[in-house]
Amino acid sequence: MNTPDLAKLIFGRLTLEAIPYHEPILLATFAGVAIGGIALLAVITKYKLWGYLWKEWFTSIDHKKIGIMYMVFGIVMLLRGFADALMMRAQQAIAFNGNPGFLPPHHYDQIFTAHGVIMIFFVAMPLVTGLMNYVVPLQIGARDVAFPFLNNFSFWMTVAGGLLVMASLFVGEFARTGWLAYPPLSGLAQSPDVGVDYYIWSLQVAGVGTTLSGINLIATIVKMRAPGMTMMKMPVFTWTSLCTNVLIVAAFPVLTAVLVLLALDRYAGTNFFTNDFGGNAMMYVNLIWIWGHPEVYILVLPVFGVFSEVVSTFSQKRLFGYASMVYATVVITVLSYLVWLHHFFTMGSGASVNSFFGITTMIISIPTGAKIFNWLFTMYRGRINFDVPMLWTVGFMVTFVIGGMTGVMLAVPPADFLLHNSLFLIAHFHNVIIGGVIFGLFAGINYWFPKAFGFRLDAFWGKCSFWFWLVGFYVAFMPLYVLGFMGVTRRMNHFEDPSLQIWFQIAALGAVLIALGIGSFLVQIYVSIKNRDKLRDVTGDPWHGRTLEWATSSPPPEYNFAFTPVIHEADAWWDMKERNAGRRTEGYLPIHMPKNTAAGFVIAAFAFVFGFAMIWHMFLIAGLSFLGILVSAITHTFNYKRDYYIDAGVVERTETARTEELAAHV
Amino acid sequence: MSDMHATPSAALAENQTQFWMTKDHHPENGTLLGFWIYLMSDCLIFASLFAVYGVLGRSYAGGPSGADLFELPLVALNTTMLLLSSITYGFAVLEMQKNRRGTMMAWLIITGLFGLAFLGIEMYEFAHLIHEGAGPQRSAFLSSFFTLVGTHGLHVTFGIVWLVTLLVQVGKHGLTGANKRRIMCLSMFWHFLDVVWIGVFTFVYLMGVLP
Repeated sequence: MNTPDLAKLIFGRLTLEAIPYHEPILLATFAGVAIGGIALLAVITKYKLWGYLWKEWFTSIDHKKIGIMYMVFGIVMLLRGFADALMMRAQQAIAFNGNPGFLPPHHYDQIFTAHGVIMIFFVAMPLVTGLMNYVVPLQIGARDVAFPFLNNFSFWMTVAGGLLVMASLFVGEFARTGWLAYPPLSGLAQSPDVGVDYYIWSLQVAGVGTTLSGINLIATIVKMRAPGMTMMKMPVFTWTSLCTNVLIVAAFPVLTAVLVLLALDRYAGTNFFTNDFGGNAMMYVNLIWIWGHPEVYILVLPVFGVFSEVVSTFSQKRLFGYASMVYATVVITVLSYLVWLHHFFTMGSGASVNSFFGITTMIISIPTGAKIFNWLFTMYRGRINFDVPMLWTVGFMVTFVIGGMTGVMLAVPPADFLLHNSLFLIAHFHNVIIGGVIFGLFAGINYWFPKAFGFRLDAFWGKCSFWFWLVGFYVAFMPLYVLGFMGVTRRMNHFEDPSLQIWFQIAALGAVLIALGIGSFLVQIYVSIKNRDKLRDVTGDPWHGRTLEWATSSPPPEYNFAFTPVIHEADAWWDMKERNAGRRTEGYLPIHMPKNTAAGFVIAAFAFVFGFAMIWHMFLIAGLSFLGILVSAITHTFNYKRDYYIDAGVVERTETARTEELAAHV
Repeated sequence: MSDMHATPSAALAENQTQFWMTKDHHPENGTLLGFWIYLMSDCLIFASLFAVYGVLGRSYAGGPSGADLFELPLVALNTTMLLLSSITYGFAVLEMQKNRRGTMMAWLIITGLFGLAFLGIEMYEFAHLIHEGAGPQRSAFLSSFFTLVGTHGLHVTFGIVWLVTLLVQVGKHGLTGANKRRIMCLSMFWHFLDVVWIGVFTFVYLMGVLP
C-alpha cells in the first residue's frame, strides 16, 4: 500500500483544506472558543478540579446531577444558537440596496441550518430533559430513575451529538439545507460535502440518548412512584413528563429510521429519496414530520407541566381542573400524531387529505385552550404572588395564545398556500417556541433553582431578564408577521426591495433586546451565586410548594428522601403540611443506591469518534471505534456489582444536621 | 431528638407512620417493562421501513421485480431456521425455570446455530442478488428491500453477539437473578425478531412474487 492510500484510509476525505482559516468570522470565533476553552481548562487544572468533576459529576448516576449537567449543556448551547440568530438578524437588516451584507450565502445557509438544529436538539431538548430528570424522581418520591446508568449514558450521547455540531464550525462545514435537510437538496448530488453528514451523525448520536432517556423516564414513572400515588394523584408535571416520554419513544425511532435512509442514499448509493431510479423525496418529508410534529409537543408538554406547578403554587390554590388537565395532555399526545401533513399542505395531496389534516390541527387547539382556561381559573381568586416564575407564566399565557391563533390560521389549507415558507410561519413557530418552551424553561429554572442549590435566584435580574425577553420577543417577531403577509419568504440572504428594510431593522433591534435578556439571565446567576448567603433557603420549601420535591432539603441528599413518603392526595406535600405530618427523625435504615460508573462516558466518547470518522469517511477509524462501542458496552455488562448501601449511621448524621439547621432558623 | 417528640401528642407519631414508610421501599424492578418499551421503539423503526417498502416496493425503475428475483423455497428454508431458533429459545427458557444450567446453555447454543444458519442463507441470497445486478442501488424497490431485510439481519447478528455474551456470563456466574432477567430480555428480543420476520416473509416475499 503506498502513502496516499494509507492517508486516505486513516484520514478519509479530511485534509487541511477543511480548516476554514480563510474565513475571518470563523477564525475569530475559533480563536475566542480556543482561548476561552484553554482558560477554562487552566482554571480546572489550577484548582485541581478534574478528579472532583470526574468522580462527582461526569461518572455520576445521580439523576439530580445529571439533570444539572443537562441544564448547563443546554445553556451553553443556547449561547451558540443565539449567536447564530444575531448574525442572521444583522445580515438581513443590512443586506439591502446591493449591499451583500457580511455573510456570503454559503456561510449564511449554514448559519440558519445550525441555528434551527442547535436550538431544537441541543438547547430545548437538553433543558426540557434536564428539568424532567431533576424533578420527576423527586416529585414521585423515588430515590433515582429506573435505569441510573442508562441516564448517564443518555446524557453523554446528547453531549457527543452537540460536540459534533460544534466541530463542524471549525473542521469542514455544516449543512446548508435548513434544519430538516430535505432531499433532493440534502442528497449527494446537491450536497456532496460533509455538511449533511455532520447533520446526520450528530442527530443519530444524540437521538440514541434521547430515546433511551425516554424509555428510562417512562419506566421510572410507571414503576417507581411512592406508595399511595395512583396515576390520578401524580403531580401534573410528572403527568406531562410521562406523556412527553411516550412521545419521545414513539417518535424518535422514526427520525432514526429516516436519517438512516438518507445516510444510505449518501453513503451506499441507494435510491430512497433521489430523483431517479424510483426514489421519492416527498417520502422523506412525510417521515421526518411524523417525527417532527410530535417533537413540537415533546418540547411544549413538559413546560405546560411547569406552568401548572407554578400557577398553583404562586396562586396558593389547588390547580383548577386537575383531571381535565391530565386528559387534555393525553389528548394532545394522541392528536400530535395526526397532524404532520399540515407542514406541507402544498405537497399536492388533494383537498380531502388537506382538509383532514387541517381539521385535526384545529382540534388540537381545544385541549390546549382548556389548559389555558384551567390556569386562568387557578389564578382567579388566588392569592397571587408575582415572583419571577409567575411573571414568566403570565407572559407565556399572553404570548402563547397569540402564537396559537396564528397557528390556527396556518392550519387552514388555503391560507397556508399563501403563508407557506413565508416569514409568517417563522414568526408563528418562534411565537410558540419562545413564548411557550423558552418562557416555561425560565419559569422552571427560577422555580426549581432553590431546590437544586439551596438558594434562590436574584429577583431583580430575573425580572430584567423577563422584561427584556418579553419585549424583545415582540419587537423581533411582530415585524416578521407583517413581512410574512407581504409574501417575504424565509432563509433569504439579501433583498431587492428597499421598502422592507425597516421591518428587518426593527426585528434586529428585538434580537438585541433578547440578547440583553440572555445577558441578564447570566448576570442573575452570577449575582445569585455571589449573594448566595443572603438568598439562602434552609427550609427546602421556599415557595410554600405543593408537591413532594419540596418535602426534602435543598439541595436534596443523594438518596432524596430518608423515608419514602406515603401519598394520600394529589398535592401530597401540601396535604402533609396541612395535616401536620412533620419529619420522621428516628429509625433510619441503610439505603440501597446505585454506584457511579464511567461506562456511559466511555461509550459516548467512542460514539463521538465513530460519528466524526463516518462524516469524514475515515472508515478504518470508524470500524475501530464501533468495535470500541461494542466492547465497552459488553464489558459494562460484566459488572454485576452496581449498587451499594448508604449506612444508616450516615443517613442519621445527614438528617440530624438538617434537623438542627431547621431548628436554628425557624 | 426524643424530647422534640415528647411534646406533640401520639397523633403526630401516628401521622408520621401514615406519611412516611417505616421500612425500606423497594419498587418493582422495571427492567422487563423498560425492555418492552425499547422493543416497541425498535418496532417503530421496522414500521417505518415497512412503510417505505410499501411506498417504494413497486418502483422497479425498469429493473427486476420481486417476482423475477425471489426464490421462495430458499426463503421458506430460511424462515424455518428462524422459527426453529425461536422454539429452541423457548426450550432454553423452560430449562432456565427448572434451574438446569447445562441443558439451558445447550439449547441456547442450538438457538445461536439456527440463527447463524439463517444469517448464512440470507447473506447467500444477498450475494446472489448483487451478483445478478440486482443490488440496492438498482432501484428504489431494491433499496427498500435490502434495507428492510438487512436491518432485520443486523438485529439477528446483534442478537447472536448478545447470546454469546450471555453464555459466557451464565457460565461464569450461573443462573443468578440478574442473568435470568437478561435471558428473559434476550428471549423477548429473539421472539420479537421472529414476529418481524413473519411480516417480512408475508409482505415482502409472498406478496412480492404476486404479479
